[in-house]
Amino acid sequence: MGSRLTRRQFLQLAAAAGAGVTVLSAAPPLAARAAQTTVTAGTAILIDIARCIGCRSCEAACKAYHNFPQGEAQDLSPTAWTYVRTTPLQRPRPHLNLGDEGARRRTFKVQCMHCLTPACASACPVAALHKTHQGPVVYDASRCIGCRYCMVACPFQVPRFEWRSPLPRITKCNMCAERQQRGELPACVEACPVQALQFGPRPALLAEAARRIAADPRYVPAIFGAEEVGGTSVLYVSDVPFEELGFPIVVREPLPAYTWRVLGKLPGIVLTLGALLTAVEALARRRNSQPPSGGGT
Amino acid sequence: MRARPPRLSPGRLVLWSLCLGALAVSAYRFAFGIGSVTRLSDRFPWGLWVAFDVLGGVALAAGGFTMAAVVYVLHNERYHPLVRPAVVTGFLGYVLVVAALLVDLGRPYRIWHPVIMWNPHSVMFEVAWCVLLYTLVLALEFGQMVLERLGRLTMLRLTRLAMPPLVVAGVILSTLHQSSLGTLFLIVPGKLHPLWYTPMLPVLFFVSALAVGPAMVLLESFLSSRALKRELELPLLMDLARISFVILSIYLGLKVTDLIARGAWPQALAPSVEGRLFAAELLLGVVLPMILLATDGGRAVTKNAIAATLVVLGVVLNRLNVAITGMLAGSHATYVPAWTEVLVSLGITAAGVLAYLWIAEHLPVFPQKRHATP
Repeated sequence: MGSRLTRRQFLQLAAAAGAGVTVLSAAPPLAARAAQTTVTAGTAILIDIARCIGCRSCEAACKAYHNFPQGEAQDLSPTAWTYVRTTPLQRPRPHLNLGDEGARRRTFKVQCMHCLTPACASACPVAALHKTHQGPVVYDASRCIGCRYCMVACPFQVPRFEWRSPLPRITKCNMCAERQQRGELPACVEACPVQALQFGPRPALLAEAARRIAADPRYVPAIFGAEEVGGTSVLYVSDVPFEELGFPIVVREPLPAYTWRVLGKLPGIVLTLGALLTAVEALARRRNSQPPSGGGT
Repeated sequence: MRARPPRLSPGRLVLWSLCLGALAVSAYRFAFGIGSVTRLSDRFPWGLWVAFDVLGGVALAAGGFTMAAVVYVLHNERYHPLVRPAVVTGFLGYVLVVAALLVDLGRPYRIWHPVIMWNPHSVMFEVAWCVLLYTLVLALEFGQMVLERLGRLTMLRLTRLAMPPLVVAGVILSTLHQSSLGTLFLIVPGKLHPLWYTPMLPVLFFVSALAVGPAMVLLESFLSSRALKRELELPLLMDLARISFVILSIYLGLKVTDLIARGAWPQALAPSVEGRLFAAELLLGVVLPMILLATDGGRAVTKNAIAATLVVLGVVLNRLNVAITGMLAGSHATYVPAWTEVLVSLGITAAGVLAYLWIAEHLPVFPQKRHATP
């Protein structure tokens, strides 16, 4: 049954692609599969920048659910796992919901992208971060040593660190993994009054994104997160080009593949080097034990 | 103990003050968090401590494995007088790297976690294991000197048999993590400046570590001979200079070829901060010492010592460039280390110098001309 569903969704995607939408297959390149367990199915969140009215209900809901102090955040922080960013537009465009009122700016929610092949999880030396099969990238504070390589590795600069704490943790959105387990929506999605946030299986959301783009020419024909760093579980559609909104330009290949190309060779290097050095050592010792006059080999 | 004249020269006083200062800053950091003594931020989570203390420290400690390989694997006994100073440098280097990590890690008391919590996909995991094992190897190699000093000659002879396999293990571990410190940065193609981001990073890190190894041994022999009024092993040091020259030329060749092959060379000529610091790293840290080593047939001791100093500074600058200079623009961050960060780095370096001097005075590190009497 599951395979029939995926097949139908795939066909929808293919049809959408035929309609001139730049959505490619959600499957990552081979290199990624060798590098790390890549979770392509699982749940995702679709963020519609064209629909977002900047009410910040999602941000407030996140803070309320996690018992963080209320208030509007300007950036991600240990007590703001998500926030709504406002970007002024160089060229005003009427807003889908607010009309000319909202033409001069766009607002959109920012949080962990929940990559399909997360750089943070591959970077972490103690596997404190991992991508669950359900979709969220979650963090286990009890393993973390605080090396902050996850922060360096993250292409979206999402993980935050408790710089002023003697016992610091890494903090970031966990897509309300525990709520999902109880069958509930992530707090932010539940709070959105204009359906700018949508929750569901990633393939279904990709299809929904493609449908919106195909149905309304005001949308730019791109889904941010469909392919970026091998695909993410947070997807964006927009009526303003993503570059104009300051979205980072990232590679298409999953980042863990870049380090795995070297790491994967190490067992071979260890064996070769071990054999070589042992042989050289034995030869050199034998040469030394012979009388110095007989060095004519 | 009673007969010894006071050893607290002005130089040592400065070194001790730096150590105490670093200790005070560390104490403050453990109470109030890393953010209270550093200018690190969420957009720039690695600073001077990682770039200088860890990346630089590990590179400068590379002399330990290269000299050990020459003597115990290639059995080139001529270099035997240099292997112990090099092993001391290596051992101290790694102990100090671990000390720096204890200050820089958010939860230093969990530094052992990688031993039982595995992630084979992580470069950091591999580095952690290699540094742990290699520090053990160095401790055993260093233990030889302690055994000799304590007069445990049977133990000494027994453990000496274990040296070749131990050294082979040390060479493998060093090759792995010296290069892996470069591999760490392969995961940030979008952040590291194209002057430094290259798939060759692991190779460049490894070769530059090979080059700085002999340079560091040369420099330390030179400095300690002055501090301890000891004779220099001149012919050997000249050989070291020659070895350093050869490896430096390989490094230069690799670096330039890579830069041209990737088409990034125009950036090296650009009047940007990155371009300038890249040029400084290459010209002052590689080309200039090569010229110094090549002219005069590498005979003048002071000239060689200057060249070695430049190589050491060049490799340190390279590590600072990769971890800081090259990462700033791509991280949309600004970062200048706070004085407290600089003080910790200086204090750790000072501790290394003091420990080296103490060991050189109390353990049979250098060839026995004047056998120390207790």
